[in-house]
Amino acid sequence: MDLFLAIFTGTIVAATPLIFAALGELVVEKSGVLNLGIEGMMLMGAAFAFWAVISGLPMPVAIVIGALAGAAASLLFGVLALTFLTNQYAAGLALAIFGSGVSAFLGRNFGSTPIDALKPVHIPLLSDIPVLGPMLFRFDPLVYLAIVMFAVISWFLYRTKGGLVLRTIGESPETAHAIGYPVIKIRYMAVLFGGLMAGLAGAYLSVAYTPLWVENMTAGKGWIALALVVFATWRPLRVLLGAWLFGGMTILQLQGQALGLAVPSELLSALPYLATIVVLVIISRNRQILALHFPASLAKPFRPAS
Amino acid sequence: MRFRIEQRTEPSASMRVAAPVVATVLTLLVGSAMFAVLGYDPLSTLQAFFIAPLNSMNGLSELLLKASPLILIGCGLAVGFRANVWNIGAEGQLIIGAIAACGVGLFYPDPESPLLLPLMVLAGACAGMLWAAIPAFLRARMNTNEILVTLMLTYIATLFLSWLVHGPWRDPAGFNYPQTALLPAAAMFEPFDYSYRLNPSIFITGVAVLVMWLFTDRSFLGYKMSVGGAAPLAARYAGFRESAAVWTGLLAGGAAAGIAGMAELSGPLGQLSPQISPGYGFAAIIVAFIGRLNAFGIVLGGLLMSLLFLGGETVQLTLGLSSSLTRVFQGILLFFLLAADFFIFYRIRLIPEHA
Repeated sequence: MDLFLAIFTGTIVAATPLIFAALGELVVEKSGVLNLGIEGMMLMGAAFAFWAVISGLPMPVAIVIGALAGAAASLLFGVLALTFLTNQYAAGLALAIFGSGVSAFLGRNFGSTPIDALKPVHIPLLSDIPVLGPMLFRFDPLVYLAIVMFAVISWFLYRTKGGLVLRTIGESPETAHAIGYPVIKIRYMAVLFGGLMAGLAGAYLSVAYTPLWVENMTAGKGWIALALVVFATWRPLRVLLGAWLFGGMTILQLQGQALGLAVPSELLSALPYLATIVVLVIISRNRQILALHFPASLAKPFRPAS
Repeated sequence: MRFRIEQRTEPSASMRVAAPVVATVLTLLVGSAMFAVLGYDPLSTLQAFFIAPLNSMNGLSELLLKASPLILIGCGLAVGFRANVWNIGAEGQLIIGAIAACGVGLFYPDPESPLLLPLMVLAGACAGMLWAAIPAFLRARMNTNEILVTLMLTYIATLFLSWLVHGPWRDPAGFNYPQTALLPAAAMFEPFDYSYRLNPSIFITGVAVLVMWLFTDRSFLGYKMSVGGAAPLAARYAGFRESAAVWTGLLAGGAAAGIAGMAELSGPLGQLSPQISPGYGFAAIIVAFIGRLNAFGIVLGGLLMSLLFLGGETVQLTLGLSSSLTRVFQGILLFFLLAADFFIFYRIRLIPEHA
């Protein structure tokens, strides 16, 4: 039972940064923009949030700073991809390299001491329910925020006019522009939102999940988040399920290493990356499933004819 | 005065050449501002970063030594980039190439054989191609995005290397350090001069640059691939197969990265350890772009990027600044280059107010 509880709660926690980052990227891609730089934005968020904590700022402020750092980084991408109509692949890669460099530079003096992690909430009554309490009601606040963001984004994309406009722009920016919507402005907002979410994901890693600073601590989670969006075929619910699947995989391999399985720890560590390839292959093979919710203008530069 | 952005009737050839220069100058300006903000004298820091490394024979030798893998990989990657094949996992292909070469170097029955070095080059190239063949197969046959697959395979390659040097290949006489035994002398490139590290592997890079130029500018397949990258619909109409471009692009990058890994091993390294590349595989992506995906441009781009690596090391030693500055500069340089590219296709026209 204890092991089950550890795996269950561990899965939810490990999935949280993936949920933030992948949901953010989902919104960006739904607007027709592909930002490959999640890894860089997450690292910026992680470094700035950690810096804020060790500078003595209160935890909520530190998390906001992390999110804003991600958004600031995404603005660099936005200017290149949306104003300068750069190849979005290249701009995203540049952001990934830049973010990793800036975060490593900022973190050069962080040392290797852990900080006091973000505290779990104690919800009166709910947290004390036997079995369910420890399973569902003793997480830190960001775990719940991730679920709330899922609900908000699903509602926004499919139940509001703003969501419809965003998706229209992702399908056909020409049409949206002809109707009179400010395509570039809305895409900027989507990119900034994606940056905010990636920054939040990074902040979660450095101040709640780990909680200490290690150079390149995201270890590919930003890229896995990108893969999750494809795996989810651009549907929010499947992003959530996919994130839990990957969170579970991370925890299982960590538990396997802790149990001292007779398998090299490197092999266990490689499992999430292998799994990413496998699920991508399974989903991508079926072009029809892939095309169904694929934003048709993804990664195509658009400049309104004035 | 107001201004208006308008599309050029045809891409500007002079901007295509000027953009990397403009981007470099802007990067230097931002760099100086950054140093000033950090409390260092911008001029002397820039001098330490970009000039001091070149002030000695050793510096020049190091510049070429580091430029060599960057140019080699950049050439291989550019073949793919021209056809919109995005191999960003050259770092992993480099690692696998070095591992295969090391296997040959350590376990070939005759450690003094003159065949050893050529066999290692072959092993490095084949292993790099094999590692790149996975994403090529998955993209060509299974429609799987090669960006994510090449990157995931880089993480897997790093873990594989770590397992090898911590486990089966660890040198029993190595005081428990995670590294292999030193390679025999016949498995190493002999330096031109033992005072410096530069070795004949740069000739491989020289050949690669020529091959890349012949392939892209003089061969029909190279032409077909460029058409496929620039105008996919036209290429399909003309009957050029996309899968051929995918395979060629990825295998070229894999072979180049694998050989670069081998050359690092048989040159400056001499043995495997968990960290064998300071990110050459990733930096080579930028090299390919700065070089305009063109063989001779890549040579210049590789020299510039090598200088960034050297400068990062120099300021770490002399000023105590972190060598992660190298990656910051790489990112900024690529940002400016991409932004400057805008002016190849567009121009700013000033409009007088009364008009």
